[in-house]
Amino acid sequence: MRLAFAIIAALLAIAGDAHTGGTHAGRVPLPAMKAERGESCVAPAEEMRRNHMKMLFHQRDETVHEGIRTKRFSLKQCVDCHASRKTGSVLGEKGFCASCHAYAAVKIDCFECHTPMRSTQAAGAPR
Amino acid sequence: MARIEYREIEGRSAGFFGLLGVLALFIAAGLAAAWAMEHRGHVITGMTNRIVWGAPHVFAVFLIIAASGALNVASVASVFGRELYKPLARLSGLVAVALLAGGLSVLVLDLGRPERLIVAMTHYNFKSIFAWNIFLYTGFFAVVTLYLWTMFERRMNGYTPRAGLLAFLWRLVLTTGTGSIFGFLVAREPYNSALLAPLFVVMSFSFGTAAFVLVLMAACRWSGRPLGDALLARLGTLLGIFVAAVMYFVTVHHLTNLYIAREFDLERFLLWEGGVYTALFWIGQVLVGGVVPLALIFAVRTRAALAGAAACVIAGGFAQVAVIIIGGQAYPQDIFPGKEVSSSFFDGVVASYAPSLPEIALGAGGVALAAALVVLGLKLLPFLPSSLDQAEPAEA
Amino acid sequence: MTPERRRFLGWGAAAAAGAAAVTTLAPGLRLVELARARSPDEAASALQRWGLLIDTAKCSDCDACVSACREENGWTGHDRPATDAQWIRKVSLRDRRSGFAQTLPLMCQHCEHPPCVDVCPTGASFRRADGIVLVDKHICIGCRYCVMACPFGARSFVHEPTTGQKPDVPRGKGTVESCTLCVQRVDRGERPACVEACNRDGHGAMAFGDLNNAAGDLGRRLRSEPSSALRADLKLNPGVRYQSL
Repeated sequence: MRLAFAIIAALLAIAGDAHTGGTHAGRVPLPAMKAERGESCVAPAEEMRRNHMKMLFHQRDETVHEGIRTKRFSLKQCVDCHASRKTGSVLGEKGFCASCHAYAAVKIDCFECHTPMRSTQAAGAPR
Repeated sequence: MARIEYREIEGRSAGFFGLLGVLALFIAAGLAAAWAMEHRGHVITGMTNRIVWGAPHVFAVFLIIAASGALNVASVASVFGRELYKPLARLSGLVAVALLAGGLSVLVLDLGRPERLIVAMTHYNFKSIFAWNIFLYTGFFAVVTLYLWTMFERRMNGYTPRAGLLAFLWRLVLTTGTGSIFGFLVAREPYNSALLAPLFVVMSFSFGTAAFVLVLMAACRWSGRPLGDALLARLGTLLGIFVAAVMYFVTVHHLTNLYIAREFDLERFLLWEGGVYTALFWIGQVLVGGVVPLALIFAVRTRAALAGAAACVIAGGFAQVAVIIIGGQAYPQDIFPGKEVSSSFFDGVVASYAPSLPEIALGAGGVALAAALVVLGLKLLPFLPSSLDQAEPAEA
Repeated sequence: MTPERRRFLGWGAAAAAGAAAVTTLAPGLRLVELARARSPDEAASALQRWGLLIDTAKCSDCDACVSACREENGWTGHDRPATDAQWIRKVSLRDRRSGFAQTLPLMCQHCEHPPCVDVCPTGASFRRADGIVLVDKHICIGCRYCVMACPFGARSFVHEPTTGQKPDVPRGKGTVESCTLCVQRVDRGERPACVEACNRDGHGAMAFGDLNNAAGDLGRRLRSEPSSALRADLKLNPGVRYQSL
């Protein structure tokens, strides 16, 4: 249910973006979307924008219930690459997750349990 | 027997809106409490890691078992064919649905993650009696609604006895399920008994009838409809029998425990040195919830006495549910038999618990919601007969 | 590794479980290594059953295990002992008749038949294939029925908003949590933090291992030395065993 809402909201956000040509966003500031580490993400940006939540959902069940801890689609790895260099977090006004989710008006509760901070021993970008 | 004429209450008086206004205030306070609990966490309640179910659960469980019991009057009419109670059947269904809605609201809003209620509808663990209860509760709404429809829709009247039987069986299973939430807890001595299921069933008979009697008396008085003495006397006798039945089950439960050496310490706690829980048991549950109402019903036998008895049964019922739920958790779990135990987690000591204002507000909000649903139901649909003053039918 | 290949290897490992300890499953992959550290894409397997053996005779008044757990899993509290989480605690015992005093660490017993898993309405409380009992906090609704059901008081409800979680140990308000047997460490092939600390400090009261592996340290000790389960009357077959109790 929540997933469905998230997808619909994300699609609406993308559709809205296409509509306005992505040049201006009215009252809401455009999200600060940039990778802080590594060359490229685990999939093209278009694919990530639409489907990152599916990847995370899938990985989440595998990790929690089966102990599969591949780094590629893990939330921890997302945070490690995308956390701001300044704050070390994906939340906050210019945070990678927070700014885009504020823009798309999709509430996430990942970080009520997961830390939004980059882990110190984090390595480079995932393969 | 003459056809019964049902009519909505007028619902324009200052008293009507005043009542709804007061109830709305309580509901708003309950919602505010739930909001605060969700945002600041359960730390603002009196609940702890030792008393994980507190005042909200006392309110919720009381309302839920009273809900199934409130359907008794309808069952007596439809299933057991007592004509005298037939005019009350619609109101009985309304009170049942309203009480269940109030109780479930409290239960749900007390969850740690109430916004995830949808998860409870999409992920099921069928070994959990709690998961079964989700079906039993939602099913109860559906079954009672169906039952009410057969009563309201004249073409469906012929099916009323069958719908009534279904509702009666469903409510028995529902209360068995609620009792089993506690009865299936193998690791806690105060629970862990098959007796809890039938105990909850008779408790529901008693609390539900008491709630129904109060609603009926208030509704008739405030809407100026006559209410016959014969009917009230019958309801009083019914309530008296249920109160006695509850006392019987409670006695058997404690006698069983007193016979078993392993349970001596538990009984000493509950009956003798349990402080507030012992007081709640003897003064609340036994005296106010048992002895006083029996005396009022069978010795005094007036209209005011019946109202007083019903109020006492409800007060005693809250005490009884509190003793079961909170007293049962306060008593320490015996992980190391024969050892004195101490730890940072309060092992081996009686857990302390003091309900906080938000919990009480949430519980009271549930009661107010149930009452408001009854008031609105009475105004919107013809649940209440225009007169309940009749001679006793010969068959009864 | 493709899922098909993984499944094939899983079946192969199951078939080989009873056989010799060093069985070649595929070139360069042997059962011994499989039992030590799984590769990250390998699912936890029922071939193992992780457990603890705690010798109370060697357990002294220290709380190294508790602080190590707190450090590893980040369950720092708010100085409110009644509502703060406690994944592991030291319990002091005193025999009512003889007065004999003991102390021991108590945590989730990782039962084979866990009452918390039975009662959970959503299935958030679950037992992993390798015997570790966990809470899937994504689907925990915070009803606390599992806390009611646990015979050991091993579970805590998170009463307050949390910050500063460890990256591998998410925990948040409104859900229930308990000892995970340091699942994040076990998945890396390491021992739980409490066991590590107990042995580092030279007490050696706690041992971690695979209960299914008769040839392993834990299996050998369980076969040759007396041990007991807490609340053995409930027949839950816990994965945590005690000695000298």
